[in-house]
Amino acid sequence: MKKSWLALALTGAMTLGLLAGCGGGDKPAVGSGDGKGSVYYLNFKPEQDKDWQALAQTYTEKTGVPVTVVTAASGQYETTLMAEIGKSEAPTMFQVNGPVGLNNWKDYCYDLTGSKVLGELTSEDFTLKNGDEVAGIGYVIETYGLITNTKLLEQAGYKTSDIQSFADLKKVAEDITARKDELGFAAFTSAGMDGSSDWRFKTHLANLPIYFEYQADGIGSTEAIKGSFLDNYRQMWDLYINNATCDPKDLSAKTGDDAVAEFVNGEAVFYQNGTWAYGDVKSLGDDSLAMIPLYVGAGDEAKQGLCTGTENYWCVNKNAKAEDIQATLDFMYWCVTSDEGTTSMASDMGFVIPFKAAKESENLFVKQDAELTAAGKTPVSWNFTTMPSEEWKNVLGSALTAYAADQTDANWAAVVSAFVDNWAAEYKLANG
Amino acid sequence: MERALKRWSPLFILPTFLAFAIGFIYPFVEGAYLSLCQFTTVRDAKFIGFGNYIRAFGDSQFLDSFWFTVAFTVVSVALINVIAFLFALMLTKNLKGTNIFRTVFFMPNLIGGIVLGYIWQILINCVLSLVGKPLLALNATAGYWGLIILMCWQQIGYMMIIYIAGLQAVPDDLTEAAQIDGATPLQTLLRVKLPMVMPSITICTFLTLTNGFKLFDQNLALTAGEPNHATEMLAYNIYNTFYARSGPQWKGMGQAKAVLFCILVVAISMLQLKATRSREVQQ
Repeated sequence: MKKSWLALALTGAMTLGLLAGCGGGDKPAVGSGDGKGSVYYLNFKPEQDKDWQALAQTYTEKTGVPVTVVTAASGQYETTLMAEIGKSEAPTMFQVNGPVGLNNWKDYCYDLTGSKVLGELTSEDFTLKNGDEVAGIGYVIETYGLITNTKLLEQAGYKTSDIQSFADLKKVAEDITARKDELGFAAFTSAGMDGSSDWRFKTHLANLPIYFEYQADGIGSTEAIKGSFLDNYRQMWDLYINNATCDPKDLSAKTGDDAVAEFVNGEAVFYQNGTWAYGDVKSLGDDSLAMIPLYVGAGDEAKQGLCTGTENYWCVNKNAKAEDIQATLDFMYWCVTSDEGTTSMASDMGFVIPFKAAKESENLFVKQDAELTAAGKTPVSWNFTTMPSEEWKNVLGSALTAYAADQTDANWAAVVSAFVDNWAAEYKLANG
Repeated sequence: MERALKRWSPLFILPTFLAFAIGFIYPFVEGAYLSLCQFTTVRDAKFIGFGNYIRAFGDSQFLDSFWFTVAFTVVSVALINVIAFLFALMLTKNLKGTNIFRTVFFMPNLIGGIVLGYIWQILINCVLSLVGKPLLALNATAGYWGLIILMCWQQIGYMMIIYIAGLQAVPDDLTEAAQIDGATPLQTLLRVKLPMVMPSITICTFLTLTNGFKLFDQNLALTAGEPNHATEMLAYNIYNTFYARSGPQWKGMGQAKAVLFCILVVAISMLQLKATRSREVQQ
């Protein structure tokens, strides 16, 4: 009998151990209990995790309001958000990437109309609307274009000012390709179609034909794209893949890191990417870097600027406790108005923020964008946020890769179909 | 003693049962319920009935991935089991160095599917590029055979160990008696050894069959469904429906597909178990 009691005790201990293992977990420490509320920010950008943690700590020290910042792993934001927002201690502050992302989360977005932070925005254009409600606030403006190694361009006998149109770009690129062996470098970095890089073309480059079509038709979104400027898309894509560091057949396996490495090692003059890539390429030195507009041979090229916009919108969780919502709004306001906040966002995170108190960023490409705009160029807006779904982009990416490997008209027709027909089909699927 | 055991057994089952209930029964029941709902997160589910199932059946990609999965499973089950059995025969022959070979063949099993997928992706792309064929992302045939090669490479060692255990359990007096009766080695293999290792065959076909149907990591890492969903298997299709799509209408549909998938895998493995069990012999 004694033995069975021992066994019973052991079993009990094991059961407890098991249950203890289930408890715990990595729940963020939230809740201050003194009515001040708390903030839980689910951050999207892994590059800035450290800076957000530091900023959150500063805020807590100053105000006593606990701020938890959790950063989702790269490419895992939606899944992380889906899991986190179902918990009892859900994020009070999260982000969506534009109208398509909002579709998922609109039932969770607090209406920011009338909030103090909204009043700090420099333009209404940076809000994300859900009907009449303001569901999100763009908190960082980004710019992309053709990052250029000006030293190499000079070696080839050109200056950035020589490139004012698609025709100029084509001339320069094809001249470099013709003298590739003599010069020792190519015109373009590899247009990798691996998942780490294909968004540069299926999303960012694809923005241009969409932008010009929207401009021509005077619209801001559409349920069925016409593809009026797809020939421009094709000639730009042809230029990229046939004047690059690698055989177009190998593009499907080329990654984003490959392109960065080629650019930094001086193997190519041009690299299509944005302000966020400044950290990757700044080792070349500011005097040998420039960002020029993506000319595709459409619209008024003399006035075309860089592609500037945002796909990062802050949202506040409407289901959070009232005091937590207030704490979150206060935190957002502090981030974009206080000296600590704006300094951290400009210098440490390298952001250009669309708020009145913004500090100047030290990012070279950001400065060049400002210069171009000051010189009277019109920035190309980010219309890719209106692409109907992630699936649409993926199908387009597959078609582009297939076309790159075998550049026939039939394969281009598949790209056109992925662009035009699939837009209508996906729009219908997404919007019922 | 017997009575004490009977009396206390529920208590001993309790820890495992609790774990099973928390980790399996509860999620399964909730998952089945969610497949009848429209939802973004599990807490705000709205009951909508069987609409998700109707849409899941209407999804042509789901059906395509089903057939791709079937084609993959049939070939991989056959190849893995035959090759693993042959290896097991070779390595029970009391040759020198069998232990080293057993270890070597078993080792690929210790590497995770994602890692293997990426490694084989690099290898296969190199080969394809050398012979001037389109790379994996554009080449569904290469993707299919790539998956088969990968799975064979990973699983043969594991199945081989099970077959070796089975072959070693065949009593020597049986094989000796067969030899004395004048059976050729082939006859001994087919008439004596094979019926005796039937339990191992049951286990191995069960494992390879379910592994084939449930394959996810390797699919994600090696081909990611490219080109254009042509190499997308069922589990990956469900994952894409759930996560790659935006909007509440997709979550329930992904869940419905998952329930269908579960029923399918259970049904097929039941049939297989019944079929192979019936051939097992008693010693």
